[in-house]
Amino acid sequence: MFLAPWIIGFLVFTAGPMVVSLFLSFTDYSFVQAPTPVGTSNYAQLFSDPRIGKALGNTFIYAALFVPLGTVVSLLLGMLLLRVGRAAGFFRTAFYLPVMTPAVAAAGMFLMLLNGQNGLVNHVLGWVGIQGPQWTTDPAWLKPSLAMVSLWTVGGSIVIFLAALKNVPQQLYEAALLDGAGPVRRFFSVTLPMISGTVFFIVITHTISALQMFDQAYTMFYGPQQKATASDDSLVYMVYLFQQAFQFFHMGFASAMAWLLFVIILVITAIQVRVGNRFVYYEGGPTR
Amino acid sequence: MRRSRVLLTIGLATALTAGCAGVGGSSGGGGGGGATSAGFGGQPTGALNIMGFGGDDDVAKARIAVFQQSAPDVTVTHNKGDFDAQQFLTALASGNPPDLVYMSRALIGSYAAQGAIQPLTSCIEGQQIDTSQYRPAALKSVTLKNVVYGIPEFYTVSVNLVDTTSLQQAGLTTADIQTKDWNALLATATKMFKADGGKIEHVGYDSKIPDSFPLWALVNGAQIVKDDGSPNLNDPKAVEALDFNLKLVAAQGGWTNFKSWRDSFDIFGDQNPITAHKLSAFPMDSFYVNVLAGFLNKGTTLDSTSVTDRQGQPVSTIGGQAWVIPKGAKNPVAACAWAKTMTQTDTWMAAAKARAATVASKNTLFTGLYTANTKADQQIRDMYVKPGKDAGFDRAIANVYTALDAGQALNPSAAGAEIDAAWKSAVSRALSGSQSAQAALDQAQQEAKAAYDKTAK
Repeated sequence: MFLAPWIIGFLVFTAGPMVVSLFLSFTDYSFVQAPTPVGTSNYAQLFSDPRIGKALGNTFIYAALFVPLGTVVSLLLGMLLLRVGRAAGFFRTAFYLPVMTPAVAAAGMFLMLLNGQNGLVNHVLGWVGIQGPQWTTDPAWLKPSLAMVSLWTVGGSIVIFLAALKNVPQQLYEAALLDGAGPVRRFFSVTLPMISGTVFFIVITHTISALQMFDQAYTMFYGPQQKATASDDSLVYMVYLFQQAFQFFHMGFASAMAWLLFVIILVITAIQVRVGNRFVYYEGGPTR
Repeated sequence: MRRSRVLLTIGLATALTAGCAGVGGSSGGGGGGGATSAGFGGQPTGALNIMGFGGDDDVAKARIAVFQQSAPDVTVTHNKGDFDAQQFLTALASGNPPDLVYMSRALIGSYAAQGAIQPLTSCIEGQQIDTSQYRPAALKSVTLKNVVYGIPEFYTVSVNLVDTTSLQQAGLTTADIQTKDWNALLATATKMFKADGGKIEHVGYDSKIPDSFPLWALVNGAQIVKDDGSPNLNDPKAVEALDFNLKLVAAQGGWTNFKSWRDSFDIFGDQNPITAHKLSAFPMDSFYVNVLAGFLNKGTTLDSTSVTDRQGQPVSTIGGQAWVIPKGAKNPVAACAWAKTMTQTDTWMAAAKARAATVASKNTLFTGLYTANTKADQQIRDMYVKPGKDAGFDRAIANVYTALDAGQALNPSAAGAEIDAAWKSAVSRALSGSQSAQAALDQAQQEAKAAYDKTAK
């Protein structure tokens, strides 16, 4: 009974639409006419459309850049937060606040900061003699700049890492100190194994959200002012899915794309769990 | 156990039912798509829900007031913000579409082919809308297979806008900004271009590529969409036009630097590239003359030349909006009456009067109101456009009025959205250097043709 609100919400807002999108993926549906069954032709088209491969490739590259970067940056910031004394509350809020800003507003701000000609980032790099790249227009830098912009949203991960770091028993550090371990050795031999479960969780959630990247990519490269100049190198999978659904009226094909992404994320997550379990330390011992 | 299975089955059925609630074709509304011309006649009443029309500026408010006076029994609601395809299509799919939608004329072909919007034949007859008042090119852009799907309003054309300060500093004159002799234009642009390493300081001529690709194709005598709506993206003259633009961009810093430079300006602010003297000339939409008029006192030194074809005759592509009635609209009569009232001459004159009052209060220039209504355009020009305050702005306004008569619409197409996406992607690929102009447009033509052939089935 107490689970009922969640179950109803899950069924109506998650499971229901998933079932319907599975149905639609086997139809030709343009929003206007009723769906027309077309068998598996939408799925066949997934393999013949070259832009699917391009969009997937771009998304994988972005994920490969963001996941390690986001994980390391949030861990480092979590460790810094651990050392802060009285002002911990203020800094915790400050690090989390960017998560509350709308993704669209943040992306718009970063478009200005990362402008290759007059943006602040290149201006500051110029102080130390570095000529910064054209972050938002050079095809080679589009995905790295998107990964950098995505770091704006790691506040949640920082807070999770902070909680995990605080849970590491102090006696382990004391024992390591007694054995002559330096800070780096203590990090790799004590901290990292003890927070490995959290690292595992963060890597998985970052991977899932990276593969579903949409807001920042759409705002930065496909918004009304940018649409005509969008390069194929900035086309991420969810943006192409959105275009297929709402620009070209191919909701059936877009549904098939969504299920392909679901399967890809499922497979990647399964691999991560299988591999990750070898490196994760569980305080309660191995699961039977 | 059995109880949980029953609960699970009920839950899944609920989910399926709830999820399917929004799926399916939209049904016809109360007086909807089946209304005859007789059904469209008479005084409109009831609620009118409009999507995509913010209605915030002086011109819009004046026209809304005219409608409210002529149809006091209609309660109008409209959302703020521009047309949003996702919002519209989900409303349509849920069986709850708005009564009237305000959208770019460039989208009409695709939405009409999908059946998302209604033909307006009965509406035009029932409300006795005089379609001869609209500019032929505007009417053409809302007509698919000889059926009108939208009532056009606004008429955006392109003219070259020139910053005379930077031209004079380079020892050039306004006459050097021309689109007839491309070699000369390239030489002019190169002469005025300045950069310090990779940082661009001044651009001679920004051709507005990739947005302006249809314009440059037209300048060179090519139509990228044929009369029957089929794509013609790799027409040799279109390829030549793209090639020229690649050379122009390459001579002015290369695409990545050039695009970053272009993105760094607030085009609507007082540090726009013309007022800031960072750009000498570009072919820009006619509304921008009004934007620059607001910065006349901030050092803007404007002049203008017409965009011409290679023979020296003024040409322009056109842009603008249209009122369309979606499939399943519940109050198509009021929607039709609204579209008629908003675009008739008297309403435009009321709007021009409001705009003139705003201009007077801000002590700027009345730069014209380009309505897609031929009679209204002329009356507004005669009554409100008073030359004499600034010779450069006077020439810009005069060139815009010349371009109104020379404007040509892109032919509407059932595969309009795909054709649009194909050429934009092709031009971006060519600009980034990953393909030549020929290869990029050949690929675009293949993609667009495949999409067009699907719609023809």
